[in-house]
Amino acid sequence: MNYEHILIRYAELSLKGKNRKKFESKLEQNIKQALITFPNVKTNRSFGRMFVELHGEDEKAVSEKLKGVFGVYSFSPALKLSLTETNIVDGALWAMKDALPSGSGSFKVTVRRVNKDFPIGSQDMNKVVGGYVLRNMQDLTVDVHQPEVELKVEIRQEAAYVTCKSVRGAGGLPVGTSGKVMLMLSGGIDSPVAGYLALKRGVTIEAIHFHSPPYTNDRARQKVEDIAKVLTQYGGDIKLHIVPFTDIQTKIHKQIPDNYEMTVTRRFMLRIAAVLAEERKAKGIVNGESLGQVASQTLESMYTINEVTNLPILRPLITMDKLEVIDYAKAIGTYDLSILPYEDCCTIFLPAESKTRPTREKSERYEHWLAIDDMVQQAIDGITTVDLKLGEASQPDFEQLF
Amino acid sequence: MIYFDNSATTRPYPEVVDTFSTVARTYFANPSSLHPLGKEVEQLLHSARQKVAESLEVEPQEIVFTSGGTEGNNISIKGIASQYRDRGNHIITSTIEHSATYDACKKLEKEGFRVTYLLPNEHGVILKSQVEEAITDHTILVSLIHVNNEIGSIQPIEEIGQLLKTYPRINFHVDNVQGIAKVTLPLKGTVDLCTMSAHKFHGLNGNGILYVRKGLKIDSLFTGGSQEQGIRPGTENVAGVVAMTKALRLALDQQKTKIFMIEEISRWIEQECEKIEGVFVNSPKKRAPHILNISVPHLKPEVIVQALAEKEVYISTKSACSSKKNEPSRVLISSGYNKERSSSAIRLSFSFENTMEEAIEFMDIFKEVVISMKKVVKK
Repeated sequence: MNYEHILIRYAELSLKGKNRKKFESKLEQNIKQALITFPNVKTNRSFGRMFVELHGEDEKAVSEKLKGVFGVYSFSPALKLSLTETNIVDGALWAMKDALPSGSGSFKVTVRRVNKDFPIGSQDMNKVVGGYVLRNMQDLTVDVHQPEVELKVEIRQEAAYVTCKSVRGAGGLPVGTSGKVMLMLSGGIDSPVAGYLALKRGVTIEAIHFHSPPYTNDRARQKVEDIAKVLTQYGGDIKLHIVPFTDIQTKIHKQIPDNYEMTVTRRFMLRIAAVLAEERKAKGIVNGESLGQVASQTLESMYTINEVTNLPILRPLITMDKLEVIDYAKAIGTYDLSILPYEDCCTIFLPAESKTRPTREKSERYEHWLAIDDMVQQAIDGITTVDLKLGEASQPDFEQLF
Repeated sequence: MIYFDNSATTRPYPEVVDTFSTVARTYFANPSSLHPLGKEVEQLLHSARQKVAESLEVEPQEIVFTSGGTEGNNISIKGIASQYRDRGNHIITSTIEHSATYDACKKLEKEGFRVTYLLPNEHGVILKSQVEEAITDHTILVSLIHVNNEIGSIQPIEEIGQLLKTYPRINFHVDNVQGIAKVTLPLKGTVDLCTMSAHKFHGLNGNGILYVRKGLKIDSLFTGGSQEQGIRPGTENVAGVVAMTKALRLALDQQKTKIFMIEEISRWIEQECEKIEGVFVNSPKKRAPHILNISVPHLKPEVIVQALAEKEVYISTKSACSSKKNEPSRVLISSGYNKERSSSAIRLSFSFENTMEEAIEFMDIFKEVVISMKKVVKK
């Protein structure tokens, strides 16, 4: 006997009323995408349940991939058994032995009988299954309050399903069910985490990165590509828009007083992101700001910078401490890339001090010497876009060498 | 030509040499250079590291590229000794190590470390129980060879690895120069450090891999740049590394399909040798398939090597690295063979490129040489 199915649970989706069908089909699509390297795997849905059928693929490897799929609340490897009492108790015993290889531990049995044609009632079936398992395994005790293993038997129309293990999924909503946002991706520690958390709430993202050659080099750009590539594991294909920013930065550096340079730079970045968002039909902007973390992220700075657009700006990290963000970055696999020491466009021309309390009035006054619309448009026109696809090597030319 | 000296060096695969020359010509920049050429080479190196990690089923950050086996063993042993000398001064190794390990330990003894040299049983094998008995509160390192380079005996590395898991203060280094792509050894969860060398699996001389478990701190023998996490600073030999990556993939593929052929050759020559009077097989029955050690007492092994070479048959005495010393083999002596037999050993070592036809031809030539030389000696 072997686990042939994985039962997927998606709690939050059931709240979504009419949209439910759409959500479910999106989730199924995302799961298929995540499991694309397992050619035999099939998925199917029925009555608020989704099953991954393994057809011989390795359950543990598939589980590892499922853990990263947003919208999955939890999942359990399941046995699918035909509807006879002996089949069900044998399956239950096998699953218990698999869950407790040492043979000792506590458990409880929960039988649900959806299929009322099955002759034994759920209460009686509890006893039948529990008794059989107890007779055939030594050192097993029943604990209905805090069991180590909860043996669940679900008797449905087509078959009975037995599960013992329950694995926490990534939670959230399926990517692609909440619209599209632009992620401002710098290459630091924060913005990739912001992107990840936005994906968790079901959006698709396109990333935007400001590149200032020759002040920022190709490695900095490569690093951002690599980071965006990591995010494709969670959000499927991602378009990365590289904005040429040297010209704007040089002009700002020339025209704007030192202590407002950063504020004005941020306002330009946001303007460009907003224009691009409109072009790409995105309905919001995500960034990695955390309240008070640096000068550009004080409430006053946000108030002043935010003035240039009325698109919603989502800040998933707004209340997080740096250390919490670092933990996330490590868990999602972007940390090691983020700490590579290449200059990004935020650190060049960095003035000795920046205003932590800039005002809208002063920003506007300083900016009015600049041809804002032309500068923004020029940057937009110069954008190059990279399509990052899930599971594709970034340098295919090298493959033949290996 | 019959080349049975593959444990000294294998012939590089032609594809591997092609890769080397392509990379050396095209990707010549220094991977640490900031310009795009440098970046491209850095990417290539990065991809190579990922491929090697995949082949060995470990993580890319656990791969350190070195110049080969001797360097890998020295970095591991001296590096651990230096890093953890405040923790303890006791090292466990064996008498059947390659000289890179054995002499590194001898040197550390002069610096105040205490070294236990475990003796193998008559099959050339160190037992888990011996390691367990040798452990003291001061032990910081166990360093063992996986497949012995002279007689091909296989050490129970996985068992010993499991034992050492219960001693988190002890680091476990394994010299897998002869074992890689011949006798499978899972690294993850078994060892802390593992040495491999490209030219034993049809890569080029001057390239090696050192596996360093993630999180393990180790002192570097060299100071310089921050290449290879500072464990092995110095401008990377990118062409060699990429060539090695290819060789490793090809060799591991061939291991699956061709290892049985090597085993067949080795068994057959063993049987044939046992039929010749005055020829003895020193390798144990249970051994790595590619190494076969035999003695012809009363004949000088160097003379046999030369006589065979005249007929374009190439083999070794002992291991290539110690073959220039005129002493009986330390490995054979400590496995319990007498001085005469230990001083007259020759080593045949096979690769995936050898065939049964070569084995048959070798046997004819070998018999002829041995019989005629014996006649000369007897007079």
